Amino acid sequence: MRASVPILVPISFFGMMFGAAAIAAGQTLANTIWASIAIFAGASQFVFLEVYRAGVPVWSVALAVFAVNFRHLLYSAALASKIRHYGPLQKFFAFFLLTDLQFAVVENQALRLGKSGRVSFAFYIGFGAIAYVVWIVMTAIGGLFGSLIENPRTFGLDFILPVYFATILMGFRKRDRFLAIAIASTVVAVLVHRTIGAPWHISLGALAGIAVAALMAKNGEVETEGAAEEAALESTSGKVDRS
Amino acid sequence: MNGVVALYEAHQAAFVIALLGLITLATRAGGYLVLARFKRIPARLEAALEAVPVAVISTLVVPPAFSGGVAEFATVAFAVVACMRLPSMVVILAGLGLIVGLRMVGL
Repeated sequence: MRASVPILVPISFFGMMFGAAAIAAGQTLANTIWASIAIFAGASQFVFLEVYRAGVPVWSVALAVFAVNFRHLLYSAALASKIRHYGPLQKFFAFFLLTDLQFAVVENQALRLGKSGRVSFAFYIGFGAIAYVVWIVMTAIGGLFGSLIENPRTFGLDFILPVYFATILMGFRKRDRFLAIAIASTVVAVLVHRTIGAPWHISLGALAGIAVAALMAKNGEVETEGAAEEAALESTSGKVDRS
Repeated sequence: MNGVVALYEAHQAAFVIALLGLITLATRAGGYLVLARFKRIPARLEAALEAVPVAVISTLVVPPAFSGGVAEFATVAFAVVACMRLPSMVVILAGLGLIVGLRMVGL
């Protein structure tokens, strides 16, 4: 467990950044903390701040968050053999706490256990609960700081979101077809943003990148478990936390 | 019924957050409940699924870069390039410093 302490640094940092950015985006302190309690996913929460504005249909916010969370489908599929022995309630908590970091920590533990690969619930919840509490507390601290500052522009807090998204995007840069996907999505997003307008640039831009990826892929089949491990490796190797 | 609608309208953001929490939980459970049943999936489907986060996040980076002035554009451009060398926490802090500085000099 002591090994997990350095991992808590990025959680703390991004939790505080989320808190400050949320206040700058006009959320109340209560809703800012509520987001960290109810969602517990960095990327989802930042996407919520970006997309949720007055008058934007709820479905577009929901769709964007769903899409950004897609990699979690692969994580939870890959964890199947390690957590199958949990009871239903234990599984519920396991899924709720399944961040990028949690996945990496659990996979690492399974590797260490060797043959059985079954990770105990105590281990799983031990790391997960600490990360969850740290995330919420740091969100509150960041939010308090944000609400003390009269003009968020003073510290550039109004511009945390685009910079954050740039770092997340670049964390994926070693992936297959990264450049083609990013360019296709960006070009379509900018065009749609200028013509049809928000929030359509997100869904249509994303669709363009996804179509490009599907067209570029080879025919045939792949194993689901291997795909997830590969995705997790890339997303955690860049020292990027997307809890 | 009117009471429910009024409650929703008064706390819309809080309800949306709860919904997003459920969606996040669904994706975290969905792989185990659905995807794990398929040992193998078509390569094109896998490529499309893998592309989703990159595709979505790409749409969130560039439009804000064009939304402001030179300072906003330069900061996003800096962040994209700096990520190749620096850890993301450093890039974020440096990016915030950069935009504050650029705005101070009037860009």
